[in-house]
Amino acid sequence: MSRLLELRQVTMAFGGLKALTGVDLQLAAGELVGLIGPNGAGKTTVFNVITGVYRPTEGTIAFQGEEISGSAPHAIAERGIARTFQNIRLFQHLSVLDNVRIACHLRARNGLLASVFRTPGHAREERAMWQEAERLLDLLSLGQFAGTRATMLPYGLQRRLEIARALATRPKLLLLDEPAAGMNDTETEDLMHLVRRIRSEFGLTVLLVEHDMRFVMGICERIAVLDYGVKIAEGTPEEIRRDPKVIEAYLGQEVPHA
Amino acid sequence: MQEFLQQLVNGIAIGSIYALIALGYTMVYGILRFVNFAHGDVFMVGAFFGLFAAGWIGASAGANGPAAVVVVFLAAMFGAAVLGVILERFAYKPVRGQPRLNALITAIGVSLFLENAGILIFGADPKTFPELLPPANYSVGGVKISSTQVMTLAGSCLLMLGLNFVVYRTRIGKAMRAVSFSRDAASLMGIPTDRVITATFALGSALAAAAGVLFSMSYPRLDPLMGVMQGLKAFVAAVLGGIGNIPGAVVGGLVLGLAETLVSGYLSSTYRDAIAFVLLIVILIVKPSGLLGRAVSEKV
Amino acid sequence: MSELAPERFLPLPTRLLRFGLGLAVIVLLQQFVLPGINPYFARILILAEINVILAVSLNLINGFAGQFSLGHAGFMAIGGYVSAAFAVSAGPAVLAVLGASPEAPGPAPSFIVLCLGLILGALVAAITGLLIGIPTLRLKGDYLAIATLGFGEIIRVVIQNTEAVGGARGFINIPTYAGFFAVTLFMVLTLAVHWNLVHSRHGRALLAVREDEIAAEAMGVPTTRYKVLAFSIGAAFAGVGGSLFAHYNGGLHPNTFTFLKSIEVVIMVVLGGMGSITGSILAALLLTAMPELLRPIKEYRMVIYSLLLIVLMITRPQGIFGLGEFDPARLLWWRRARGAR
Ligand SMILES: Nc1ncnc2c1ncn2[C@@H]1O[C@H](COP(=O)(O)OP(=O)(O)O)[C@@H](O)[C@H]1O
Ligand SMILES: [Mg+2]
Repeated sequence: MSRLLELRQVTMAFGGLKALTGVDLQLAAGELVGLIGPNGAGKTTVFNVITGVYRPTEGTIAFQGEEISGSAPHAIAERGIARTFQNIRLFQHLSVLDNVRIACHLRARNGLLASVFRTPGHAREERAMWQEAERLLDLLSLGQFAGTRATMLPYGLQRRLEIARALATRPKLLLLDEPAAGMNDTETEDLMHLVRRIRSEFGLTVLLVEHDMRFVMGICERIAVLDYGVKIAEGTPEEIRRDPKVIEAYLGQEVPHA
Repeated sequence: MQEFLQQLVNGIAIGSIYALIALGYTMVYGILRFVNFAHGDVFMVGAFFGLFAAGWIGASAGANGPAAVVVVFLAAMFGAAVLGVILERFAYKPVRGQPRLNALITAIGVSLFLENAGILIFGADPKTFPELLPPANYSVGGVKISSTQVMTLAGSCLLMLGLNFVVYRTRIGKAMRAVSFSRDAASLMGIPTDRVITATFALGSALAAAAGVLFSMSYPRLDPLMGVMQGLKAFVAAVLGGIGNIPGAVVGGLVLGLAETLVSGYLSSTYRDAIAFVLLIVILIVKPSGLLGRAVSEKV
Repeated sequence: MSELAPERFLPLPTRLLRFGLGLAVIVLLQQFVLPGINPYFARILILAEINVILAVSLNLINGFAGQFSLGHAGFMAIGGYVSAAFAVSAGPAVLAVLGASPEAPGPAPSFIVLCLGLILGALVAAITGLLIGIPTLRLKGDYLAIATLGFGEIIRVVIQNTEAVGGARGFINIPTYAGFFAVTLFMVLTLAVHWNLVHSRHGRALLAVREDEIAAEAMGVPTTRYKVLAFSIGAAFAGVGGSLFAHYNGGLHPNTFTFLKSIEVVIMVVLGGMGSITGSILAALLLTAMPELLRPIKEYRMVIYSLLLIVLMITRPQGIFGLGEFDPARLLWWRRARGAR
């Protein structure tokens, strides 16, 4: 299996606070990996350094064998890494359809002048983006809300729209930050099926952060555990569940149980 | 050398006036993260209050005791403080929950309102400010210092010390610092944030009025648009020092005052009004947090 | 921007036909309607059209891209001064080449000089916008507003100190090559460019920048490039407005371009709704006409105006016409629906 993403000795310091300390993490193409840890462990920070929101203080990040740390987030998205946000960050005043169409932007080629002069090439690209957005919305059962303002959607659907939007960039690697947060059991169940389905349908590699242990244990092939910015364990769900260091890290918090 | 020292004195004098106005910008920004665009117009109104007060007590050419000066200052500062509180209550408070730009536009509206109401009430033509102090020039080693400059330096030092006392030694000052650190946390701790905000506006406006009177003593032509440029420059001073940072406002004001007098003295006086903006842009590009400010980053 | 379906490509002949028809309408208005109306109203109309250009172009920066600029007057000044300087210095030579006399050049040659100057003015404004935008657009919100205000003021002070264009005395005797026809034509072109731009992936990218920069970047939108782009395009069209103003007014004065002029345009944008082209048009027309309507109570005019702005922000922060486009069909439907009850 080829290595898709590789974090080597990544450290991220905010002033005096080290949010990540020497984190190593590898993802092979096609894998579905979970990243867990108590609140404030640095999980979102891992996403932020991968997607270029922050430049790691030390260490390297390679995607498909090429160094990406230091690139602008939009350039990293162009290479094929898409994400969702833990604190939903939709384009609030825009319609559901436009939220997705904006993410289609990346793969369209019509230039500024083509748009100003309304050339046939412009019309073709715009139509293609429209169709792709509709297809993705249908896939995520959001089709009926295409014209709705993003903020008008119920919370669970907003999380799903975040996924649709990320998919519209045609990623190779999808990063999901607490996709099941705030969902009830049936919604979480649906989401599990959905993640499995989009992974096989789009041939994606997925890295996800989630607190719902049933979700993580049920879906991930491999799990990495962070605590205070340090990776303390990595292995199959079985191994993680039995790892004494993990149990200690979670002591006094929700214990990962079967 | 003597010429340079002279420029230095002039620069510090005008700079301390900028500093007094800048303090109001910075305190309000520290607490509300809001640029009170109308602050320069409060400065203007304060100067007019001073003018009226001088008229009422019959202050005229040079024949005034220190009591008259104190009365003029107190009246202007009190009037402006009331105005600041009214503006906050009726214009800014209703837009507090809205996006920051709405607050900025509201402040622009307030600024236009004060200017045009000023034209309506005071008239558009300049008014002459009476001489509160007997005109005199002292010479220190060949450097001329006028009595109004002495007054300006002494007055602004006094006011800044007073502010320092209020902010660091009183309950309300402590509350201000708490609110400025985190409004939510302060309000959870039971600090009446609304009252703190009101106090901040009152304090900032009073300082602006004092600056207005000091300014009018040196440049005795008052008109309703006099606050526009001075306000903008003082804002620049606040940003220069690091907006939200009280010592920063003083440093910024002095730096700006010195830069202006030195550049117009040695290079070109016609570009005087552009210096502030050049400084502003340089600092924003090089160190947006200002000379004394600390950078903050957005959490994702 | 919720259209119901993707737009269809219009074939070239159809578009040429539309353009020709539009042109014909403007010429007809110029020939037959304009002479009939009071010259005072005609002047207000033309100034209103110039304000439409300014408001729509500022809306691209402030409303669509969400980058609050207070420097529009500076770009307007650049466009005006550059194109006026061009007409005064190079104009006669161009007219000579066209075989027209500089004293009475006739409509076609003077239109050509106007266009050349206008393009030059827009170009210089755009380049200035680019140079100013690259460093300042890293700033956000209030800081950006004040920095752009600063640049606008610097531009004005520089003009004030440039004797070649009249300095503080003002630039006089600019040939009046722009009338109703030219101003209307360029207003329509400005509107078409902005409308097409906004209703494309580029326009949506601008909206994404406005809504959430971090999310926009994560979705592959190069936010810095789009901010600078919006800033320079907006500056270019402010330059267009400025050069039309110069050639309509026949004179320019640096004091016309203080930041109060920028604020005036900002108020049009805010009133019309951030990100609504139709809103900007209506607001620009309304606000240009309003001072004239309020002339009987002249002294209170600006006081009322500023109070309205404050009240508007408190009660209807999304602008009178809201964030979306103003749709007459919807208005009709609304009225009918109410009437049916
Ligand atoms: N931009 C930032 N500035 C300062 N500290 C930050 C920033 N982003 C994250 N942190 C800190 O880094 C630590 C890890 O945060 P995060 O990655 O969000 O944790 P998690 O997602 O695992 O809950 C926390 O202590 C957090 O406060
Ligand atoms: Mg997190």
